[in-house]
Amino acid sequence: MKRLSPFNITALTLGFAFLYLPMILLVIYSFNSSKLVTVWAGFSTKWYGELLRDEAFLNAAWVTIKVAVISSTFATVLGTMAAYVLVNSGRFFGRTLFSGMIYAPLVMPEVITGLSLLLLFIGIGLDRGVLTIVLAHTTFSMCYVSVVVSSRLVSFDRSLEEAALDLGCNRFDAFRLVTLPIIAPAVISGWLLAFTLSLDDLVIASFVSGPSSTTLPIKIWSAVRLGVSPEINALSTLMIGIVTIGVITASLISKRSSIRAQKDAQAAERTA
Amino acid sequence: MRQASTLVLFFWFSGLLISALIAFFAVATFNGSGLASYLPSVGLLALAAISWLILPLHFKLRVLGLALIAVPYTWLLALFLVPFLIVFKISLSDIALAIPPYTPTVKDGFSALIQGLDFENFVFLTTDALYYKAYLSSLKIAVISTVLTLLVGYPMAYAMARAPQEWRATLMMLVILPFWTSFLIRVYAWIGILSNEGLLNQFLLWTGLISEPLTILNTNTAVYIGIVYTYLPFMILPIYAALDRMDDSLIEAAEDLGCSRLSAFWLVTIPLSKNGIIAGCFLVFIPALGEFVIPSLLGGSGTLMIGKILFEEFFNNRDWPVASAVAVILLLILIIPIVLFQKNQQKQAEAES
Repeated sequence: MKRLSPFNITALTLGFAFLYLPMILLVIYSFNSSKLVTVWAGFSTKWYGELLRDEAFLNAAWVTIKVAVISSTFATVLGTMAAYVLVNSGRFFGRTLFSGMIYAPLVMPEVITGLSLLLLFIGIGLDRGVLTIVLAHTTFSMCYVSVVVSSRLVSFDRSLEEAALDLGCNRFDAFRLVTLPIIAPAVISGWLLAFTLSLDDLVIASFVSGPSSTTLPIKIWSAVRLGVSPEINALSTLMIGIVTIGVITASLISKRSSIRAQKDAQAAERTA
Repeated sequence: MRQASTLVLFFWFSGLLISALIAFFAVATFNGSGLASYLPSVGLLALAAISWLILPLHFKLRVLGLALIAVPYTWLLALFLVPFLIVFKISLSDIALAIPPYTPTVKDGFSALIQGLDFENFVFLTTDALYYKAYLSSLKIAVISTVLTLLVGYPMAYAMARAPQEWRATLMMLVILPFWTSFLIRVYAWIGILSNEGLLNQFLLWTGLISEPLTILNTNTAVYIGIVYTYLPFMILPIYAALDRMDDSLIEAAEDLGCSRLSAFWLVTIPLSKNGIIAGCFLVFIPALGEFVIPSLLGGSGTLMIGKILFEEFFNNRDWPVASAVAVILLLILIIPIVLFQKNQQKQAEAES
């Protein structure tokens, strides 16, 4: 058993302190009863109450969730299709352009994506609102989904699909009954990734949203520009809490299923 | 015979779908009155659904195969490539007091359109010191913060790769977790820490290390801290992946052959994690160059970054042609690191297979 050297322990401690201390402080100060955020004046949950009574925040949260659910679902369908095409179709007209358009949005500065989509929407006369945010979010998150899904498609055993085709499945049934269940974990994590990207996006949404479709990040942004506010601290704490619970649950589930898969493999080896 | 019928069916089916789409967007654009105005598009869609049910199987498979390529392709062309061409076109136009605020537009006719386009905005960018200073300072900030992120991230990745096997999954999760939490909130968290009455200054004053508060918020230092903090996971993960693959016996061999620990690290570990370092640096440098949120929240009026300039040019000055020209140049600058990054990734993929 290897032991960590003092140097490595220091690196890990300082590194994780740097990563987590700001968020921990944010959580602690969300329970501060003082309006002055940097002065501790006793424990209180009043800012959570204020937050839940704030109509504008609740509306923005609702818009954000609506956009995130719709756009991540579209993005997952389109991204999975794109990944399937990239991995399975050999040459077709404009393949290089296609794969370029899949990878380019991943490294594109958000200001450029936002600007270009806004100019498009104005050019075709589409009113800015929930629809335009959904279109924008679907476009950039489908690329992330297709990268996640295609890495899974590349690694899985082609002969399974071929066996299904030999046994009389048509291409569609082979995909539905064999390929899709195998790539399902990647599709699900692609959806989750698209969902968080959409929840998180400020820059693109501020370009393509209209006055009636303010999302939560835009709302937070306009509040934060005026400085630290205890309500935003409370909101941040709620968001950090939800994400932490989600990620821990997901990693426990995947750990359990990988242990089960290992046991199955061992059992299969014993019987063989 | 079968070919011809397939073709007819194809036109029938795609015609239904396209007209449903046009009907939908026409109503959405011209703000039809109420839900009733969506009836034609719903009707067309229902007709398409019914004809789908009675179509022969071989035709369905053909359509599915074609749609598989056509749908994502069309989507990306319409919402990724076309918008870029529009940005490029507007960057060649002139600002005008109109809606939309530039000239010429497509309505002016083709020849007026061609004659009205010029590189004036690009010339303007080279003459106004604000812009090339902003590009240079974006480059400087991106380079410095990439180096700082490497200095913070490498020891962490190294320690993670040296950690006992059963810790590693947890450590990985701890690195990835911040990535799932809101970017905006993570940047915001630093405002309360770095401000003049902030927690860092309170702490330093309390310890007696400083006698009056340091000004960190609204300076470039705060921007560096913000970038290092938010992009640290992007640096750690590829380096960790490279170090994790490394064979420990190589270090032992180097030490047996008379290397000191330090020179074994320098001569063996660093070269073997080179690809991870390069990938991590690009993953931090590329987004940092066009960063908007961090300089706006943590930086001051003296922090010039091109993402911020573009945003202000567009929303505050409403100068769309100049904003578009700024975007085109930013893209041209970014192409170099992006191509280098792709080459590095390809080389790595080839080395693995």
